[in-house]
This record gives sequence, C-alpha cells and structure tokens, in this order.
Amino acid sequence: MAAENLVEISGVGYAYDRRHPVLNDINMTIPRGKVVAIMGISGSGKTTLLRLIAGWFSPTQGRIEVDGVPTDKLDRDGLYRMRRKMGMLFQFGALFTDLSVFDNVAFQMREHTDLPEPMIQDLVMMKLHAVGLRGAHNLMPSELSGGMARRVALARAIALDPNLIMYDEPFTGLDPISLGVIRNLVRKLNDALGSTSIVVTHDVQEALDIVDYVYYLSEGVMVAHGTPADMRASKNALVHQFVWGEADGPVAYQYPARDYREELELV
Amino acid sequence: MFNRSSSIDVRSVGRHTIDSVLRLGYATRFFALTLLHSGTSFRRPRLIVRELYYSGVLSLIIILVSGLFVGMVLGFQGYQTLKTYGSESALGVLVALSLVRELGPVVSALLFASRAGSAMTAEIGLMKTTEQLSAMEMMAVDPIARVVAPRFWAGLLSMPLLAALFSAMGVYGGYLIGVVLIGVDEGSFWSQMQSAVDFREDVVNGVIKSFVFGIAVTWIALFEGYDAPPTAEGVSGATTRTVVTSSLAILGLDFILTAFMFRGA
Repeated sequence: MAAENLVEISGVGYAYDRRHPVLNDINMTIPRGKVVAIMGISGSGKTTLLRLIAGWFSPTQGRIEVDGVPTDKLDRDGLYRMRRKMGMLFQFGALFTDLSVFDNVAFQMREHTDLPEPMIQDLVMMKLHAVGLRGAHNLMPSELSGGMARRVALARAIALDPNLIMYDEPFTGLDPISLGVIRNLVRKLNDALGSTSIVVTHDVQEALDIVDYVYYLSEGVMVAHGTPADMRASKNALVHQFVWGEADGPVAYQYPARDYREELELV
Repeated sequence: MFNRSSSIDVRSVGRHTIDSVLRLGYATRFFALTLLHSGTSFRRPRLIVRELYYSGVLSLIIILVSGLFVGMVLGFQGYQTLKTYGSESALGVLVALSLVRELGPVVSALLFASRAGSAMTAEIGLMKTTEQLSAMEMMAVDPIARVVAPRFWAGLLSMPLLAALFSAMGVYGGYLIGVVLIGVDEGSFWSQMQSAVDFREDVVNGVIKSFVFGIAVTWIALFEGYDAPPTAEGVSGATTRTVVTSSLAILGLDFILTAFMFRGA
C-alpha cells in the first residue's frame, strides 16, 4: 500500500555556499491528495525548497523522500523517471516561445510516449479544455495574455497526469479575473486528477482560500504551520504580519541603515 | 616592495586566471555532453533540419552578397597587380585560390558567427532567462539533447556549405569584373583556374578549415548562451562575447591550420 504522505522532508538544510544557509532544519509532510501551501516573504527559501523536492539539487543536510524514494540517492535517469510523474508551473509560465499552444502541451507526450498523433490531438484538446483554452490551440505564446499563458502552462504541467503538481508563485502579476481562474483551477485540477499539489506563494488570501494546509517559512526556518484557519488566527507575530499584510512588525519596513539623524548630518 | 595594493592586484590576476581555466573546463565538459547527447538529434533528424533552416538558410543572403562583393574586389585588385607583371590571364587563379583557401572559409565563418552564432547565443540565453530550459529539465527532457545538440550539428553542416557558396559567388564576382567588365580573356581565366586549383590541396583543405571553424563558432555560441547569466545584461554580454571570441578563434585557428596545410605549397 502506498504511504499516506507523498513527500516527506526531515531535517533538511541547504546552502548555496557554506557561509549562507538558505534552509535550516525543515520538517514537513505533504499528504496524498492534499493541496499544501509553502508561504513566506520573498527570499525566505520557498522556491529553493520546491526545487529540492524536484531533485534540482540535493539537500546539504537531512532527507527528502518523494513517493518513498530519497531524491538525493537518485542518478540522472532516476531523477528523470521521478520527474515524469511531476508537473511544475513556473512563475511566468516558461512556455516554449517557438512552439504553438498545442505543441507546448503536446511536448511531453511526444518526448516521452509513443502515442499516435490522433490520440495526442485528443489528449491535448482535453487538457486545454480543462483550462478553458481549447479555442486558443493555434496561437503562439507571444499572442497570449499573462493569465492565458499561465493557464496554458498549467495544461502543459498536467499533460501526463502527474502525481505531484508544483506551483512556483502561480498568482504573481495576474489581473483579478485571471487570478480567480488560476486559483480555482489549482484546487479543481488537484481533485479531478487525484494528485497532490504544493503551492509556493506569498499571495496569502488567494492561497488560504483553496489550500488544506500551510507551512510558513521565514529566513529559511519553518516558523509555523497549520490549517488556513490556524494561520488566520495565529498569534505568531511573523505570521500575523504576513497574513494581514502589515507594513511594520518583526519584518522591518526600513532596510537596515545608519541612524537617520546622522545621515542627514543633524548631529 | 610587496604592499597591500599590489597583493590585491596579484589576487585579482589569480582570480581571473582561475575563473578562465574553470570556464574553459566547463566549456569542454559542455562540448563532451553535447556529443554524448547527440543521439536524439540523429534519431529525430527533423530537429536538425529545423535548425539548418535557421542557421544555414537564413544566413544565405548575407553570405551570397558578401561573397559576390569580395570576389569583385579581388577582381579589381588582382587585375591591377597582375597587370604590372603582364600576367592578367592568371586573374582566375588568383581569385579562385584566394577564395577557396582563405577568404571563403574565413570570411564566411566570420559572417556566420555574427549572423547565426549571435542568434544562437541570444536564443538560448533568453530560453534560460525565461526558465524554458528549467521547464524542460522539469519535464525530464535534457536541454542539451533537445536544444543544444541539434543546433550544434546544424551549425557544423551549414558552415562548409556556406563557405562553398561564398567561394562560388566570389569566383563569379571576379569573373564579372575581370572578364565582363575589364575584358580579360575568358578562356585563360577559366582554364588557368582549372589547372592551378588542386582538389586535394586547395578545395579539401578549405573544406576542412570551414568544418573546424563551424565547430568552433557553434560551440562558442551555444556555450555562451547556455552559460549566460539569466538577465538582460547577461544575455547581451554573452552575445557580444560570442562574436568577439568566435572571430578571434577563427583567425587564430586559420593561422594554425594554414601553417600545417600549406607548408611546402
């Protein structure tokens, strides 16, 4: 029987260079079928954590298991096999600009399967229909709006019905309508495909509406976790400032600087 | 005296040297990986054909026009010099040998570096900047196999063909000026060319040169793009470096190859 958690992260630390650790002692579990958010302000290590789960790099400490397999023990072929069961939506879509919408979604099917072209045609249309863009299959990425590009990228991410869908800042830079569409799709696709989703974001309200559980990172350390209701009611000063978008708090408004009076040569 | 500022200078020289050696190492590893992952390109020739169009066919205009002008200039200059010695009839030989041995491979490679090489660097650099290469990695598709290798082989195949077309146009340009405009005897123009240009010594050596230049230019262009910092500044710097490094590499390699090929000739 498959384990209850699709992703298990225990005691993970990561540093690009030894003096500046990006992540410290992160412990986290992502249960199957759930939508989990990793939140935190910019530079808190969220995207690094997402890339560690995808096996982009190996943790310098601790262990990450995806579907029971430690990612740092996998060779290149093993990593590629694992990634075929993953889908990732990049912050700005990362569509292949030389391919049409249709070919973008068909990309993985053509690379990894021997499916006949008529079947690929049907599958791509189904995926595009799921994100409401079947009619745009002939367009090039340069002809799409930001929100449409993000939806095409989402259709591409779910092309091979992944077990795990990862979203890197999916709500950034979208108009309110596109944002609502993407937010609902994250939840709907997760439930329809029976997959598991990890959403890395700093868009609090959008995420809290659709996720099952939240992990909050600050400066590479996990400072809080709980359900969206827990986060809204949190007494933790960092979480409170973040959830309610307050300008000043534990995260200071002013970047560290010399004394203001001294700077203006008033003393 | 060994003071603080001179120790900083020495350190920066050391750092530059180490960085350059490291980069050369990365580039060599990148080249080896490109060769290693070329299987996909050969199994799916359509990938190479597409790139042949972008780097080869789209470079045709600049190559053909430049070839024609270079040949015409050779016609004028050659005639002026040869006339002094009363050997105008050798104009065909002068034009053909200059083009096939040197100008064809070298000038077409320089043009190829600025036209196709810079485009390759900018395209791959932008693909990196917009996370398209990362997306490919995430989809378990190796960008070196899917993006880099087809462009490498396309560049390698295009270069000798473009150089040959450059030389052919150049010879025609020389003919237009020498024979049609100035009135050099047509029979001696072609027959002297035919007897003096050796297939093995001149034509094959020219083709070998353009193959080598093709490898150098595409390797430099692809590596610079792949290694470009993912910013607007990074991509523009990488594109400039492609043209500068390729041009220097072409001229340096040309000297070495010429020294080996035409020692006794």
